[in-house]
Amino acid sequence: MKQSIKRKPKFVLPPKYILMIMTGLCVVVMLLSFTLNISGGPLQSVAGYVFVPMQRGINRVGTFFTEKTDWLMHLSDVMEENEALQSQVDELTVELNTVTLEQYELENLRDLFALDQKYPSYDKVAANVIGKNGSNWFSTFTIDKGTNDGIDVDMNVIAGSGLVGIVTEVGPNFATVTAIINDTSSVSGMVTTTSDNLIVSGSLQDMNESMVIRFSDLNDSDDEVQVGDPVVTSYISDKYQQGILIGYIDSIATDANNLTKSGTITPVVDFEHIAEVLVILNKKQVIE
Amino acid sequence: MRRKITLFIIITICYLLQTTLFRALAFASISPNIMIVVVSSFGFMRGKKEGLFIGFFTGLLLDLFSGSILGFYALLYMYIGYLNGYFRKLFYPEDIKLPMLLIAGSDVCYNLFIYFFLFLFRNRYDVRYYLMHVILPELVYTMVITIFLYFVILKINQRLEVIEKRSASKFV
Repeated sequence: MKQSIKRKPKFVLPPKYILMIMTGLCVVVMLLSFTLNISGGPLQSVAGYVFVPMQRGINRVGTFFTEKTDWLMHLSDVMEENEALQSQVDELTVELNTVTLEQYELENLRDLFALDQKYPSYDKVAANVIGKNGSNWFSTFTIDKGTNDGIDVDMNVIAGSGLVGIVTEVGPNFATVTAIINDTSSVSGMVTTTSDNLIVSGSLQDMNESMVIRFSDLNDSDDEVQVGDPVVTSYISDKYQQGILIGYIDSIATDANNLTKSGTITPVVDFEHIAEVLVILNKKQVIE
Repeated sequence: MRRKITLFIIITICYLLQTTLFRALAFASISPNIMIVVVSSFGFMRGKKEGLFIGFFTGLLLDLFSGSILGFYALLYMYIGYLNGYFRKLFYPEDIKLPMLLIAGSDVCYNLFIYFFLFLFRNRYDVRYYLMHVILPELVYTMVITIFLYFVILKINQRLEVIEKRSASKFV
């Protein structure tokens, strides 16, 4: 029947050529984003406005249900815990009083020494985790705040008291965070007890097998670093703020070169159940 | 047009489920890859061209939110969609063996490519570990989901084809 209408046959490009054109396009985009470090641009903003609200909605429903089931399951536990915590609160209050006194004393002494450098208190913004990486290979996740809330690439992300990762991509209403356990991440860290520097690098294998991250290049000739020592971000890192807790040393061994040590760290953050994070709005300033 | 909108909705729903629900239902931090099910099934149900475009847009979506190099997943999924298109002539809706086989093959190839380009190149040589702990678990989990998801996609596609045929005959 279709032949009855005499028309110039519509030109259809064979799939082979479409594939070639699209491949070329992909390769060009990959090269561009690799060399110029651009990511998405306006396309990303549009995608952000379309998908982020939906993800947020699903997440809200999910949290609602998990909260309800948790609530029913853990009520008795919580009551017990409450008692224990109450006694802890009393204990801590006493401790706090002592600390306040000591703080007061410290401030006085600092004034005397004219030391004005204290630990900086960072501006933070809270965000919800609304989606995780689509593949099983990488540990990145999407949070529901973006440039509209002042978030920018290279800002540090923490949860509780520990380091979670760093913002690697940002749109108007979302940001992608690469966790420190991601296979490509590495952070410059420091053992607080001895001030020795080390490199902390995420590994899919170690994380899946025993929930640890690896560290290497620790210079500890006097064998002072012990299992259980806390590791924080180092002052020499150019992206991470100084002094954020990464985790505790889990195992330690001397390398084959007999100079450096390496081992594993148990991170303080529970990456499996991460739901809310804080983004530090101060970026580490590096002299260029 | 109807098909495009439907496809957009399918991809959106699958993406959202993949990044939220299935991540929450992960066993041993492995979750199924339902995006590959969509791309692969539309590839062998509808042919190379449609598979190619669905793969491209699905991959692009993952690229935009995953924080890696833009275009990598787009390229990978595009080829998966295109190559599945070669099996269109062998495809019969009643037979589930070929779709299962193709989706399984696509998932394994996809993961091997990711391993090869993003892990092996960074001196992660332990192929066996990644095979046993990432690729195979994902394959099994994906196959379980496929049994349900495939029929949903099949039904949607058949419905669309019926509507398209009807409106095509109306015009003539």
